[in-house]
Amino acid sequence: MKKSMSPLPRRVVVALALPVTLIAAWWITSADSQSFYFPPLQTILHTFGKLWFSPHALSNIVPSLWRLSVGYLAAAFLGIAIGVPVGASRNLRNVLEPVLEFLRAIPPPVLVPVLILFAGLGNEMKALVIVFGCIWPVLLNTVAGVRALDEVLAETVRSYRIGRFARLWHFVLPGASPQIFTGLRQSLSIGIILMVVSEMFAARDGIGFVLVQYQRSFAIPEMWSGIILLGIIGIVLSLLFRAFEAWLLGWYHGLRQSQRAG
Amino acid sequence: MPTAQKTKVRAKLTARTFIWLQGLSGLIGFAVLLEVIPRLGIVSPDYLPPFSAIMVALFKEMTTATFWTALSDTLEAWAIGFVISVVAGVVIGLAIGSSQLLRGLTHSTIEFLRPIPSVALIPLAVLLYGSQIQSTLVLVVYASFWPVLIQVLYGVQDVDPVARETARSYGLNTWAQIRYVTWPTALPYLMTGIRLAAAVALILAITSEVAIDTQGLGKEITDTESGGAVAIMYAYVIVAGIIGVIVNLGARALERRVLAWHPSVRLDIAEAGA
Repeated sequence: MKKSMSPLPRRVVVALALPVTLIAAWWITSADSQSFYFPPLQTILHTFGKLWFSPHALSNIVPSLWRLSVGYLAAAFLGIAIGVPVGASRNLRNVLEPVLEFLRAIPPPVLVPVLILFAGLGNEMKALVIVFGCIWPVLLNTVAGVRALDEVLAETVRSYRIGRFARLWHFVLPGASPQIFTGLRQSLSIGIILMVVSEMFAARDGIGFVLVQYQRSFAIPEMWSGIILLGIIGIVLSLLFRAFEAWLLGWYHGLRQSQRAG
Repeated sequence: MPTAQKTKVRAKLTARTFIWLQGLSGLIGFAVLLEVIPRLGIVSPDYLPPFSAIMVALFKEMTTATFWTALSDTLEAWAIGFVISVVAGVVIGLAIGSSQLLRGLTHSTIEFLRPIPSVALIPLAVLLYGSQIQSTLVLVVYASFWPVLIQVLYGVQDVDPVARETARSYGLNTWAQIRYVTWPTALPYLMTGIRLAAAVALILAITSEVAIDTQGLGKEITDTESGGAVAIMYAYVIVAGIIGVIVNLGARALERRVLAWHPSVRLDIAEAGA
């Protein structure tokens, strides 16, 4: 254990060495690039600063993130709310499982044309697409988590006649939370895919929309800067998710670690 | 066979049939719901045709060449992309995972590249390849490569130090160490990665067909939607779902088969049998 605890500066160097080398390599090899599709990195970064650090940029970033957060949070809430009773009842589970497995297996982007029929091209359609795409992993993982709750604990809770709400809040949800988080993590990447695809398909604003506009008008440095922006959004969201998970599931990871060490 | 055991076996069989029947009733209930909702006018049949109409459209569509071409195009893109990801993930994962230094050096880069949504690459793929199959492959491979790589890296790290030292002191060469020590340890992790990658690859194959009009089921869905052939559109949605179910079940079956020797699966099978 001691060996891997190398001093901080060395770890920083090891962590940064490859990314810095790669970016430097991109910078240098693209420096006098004449290729139309692969402009110099310097040009891309210059465009990035100009495009995305302006008040105008917010009119595309904000709607995208708004639709994503509304859709994702609604899916998370619904998935858990439906998943808990289904997971708790064996009969309900047996009846619904094949239907849920089928709904989950439909690749979510096909929902974009379907929901255009119902909700037109507006914000509601995009939020709904995200809800419909993100709900299944949360729901099915909640079902699995609730189903696998510790039976001794369940009996204890029952014999102490702990109330419904307290049981849910102190026993069911914490017990199933590691599984629920697995579902939430899968849903997040599906949500980002759907945000972009629904905007590419039909929208008047949003990151996916401008990205396609840039590509169609052959505004190549702008397009690259949009790709980088989406990459950064993906990374930031996954870091936020990880921080949230570490905060809420710290006890669980600690437990696992001590079990492994023991 | 003693009678007590016989009744036990019969009880087990009826229990299993019962669960199966419950699942079937759920599916039938779902189909009935889809039939009744548009018929009662809760949702306009223009948006959601009754289930029977969708089924009729599906069987009619299945007699056309368009259907089978679309199906095979989707499956082809899925399969090629999936195989590339798995092979690349295994080779790169074993290479990186077997060296402490490489693992340290690449960790931050992998963590940085992995969450980049593959759909961000759509405009680039369109510029480079238009709506050819290569566009789809770029997206599919980028999305499904990471789960395989990450799982292989976890797996390689999980090798029992005692087993590794033993192999080394018995003089196994690098190849034999990979074959007899690293590979069996990493295999369960790899199978998890393969299961995730199979599902993700299908999602991205269809995404590319919906978003950039490469040939396949996704393109048929957008085409029939804009052409107003709603029942046929739903028929394709159902086909996409069935393919998804088959991919998931297939990946799970493969996992069980390959890992039949592994304690975690042996336990599962024993439980299912009990």
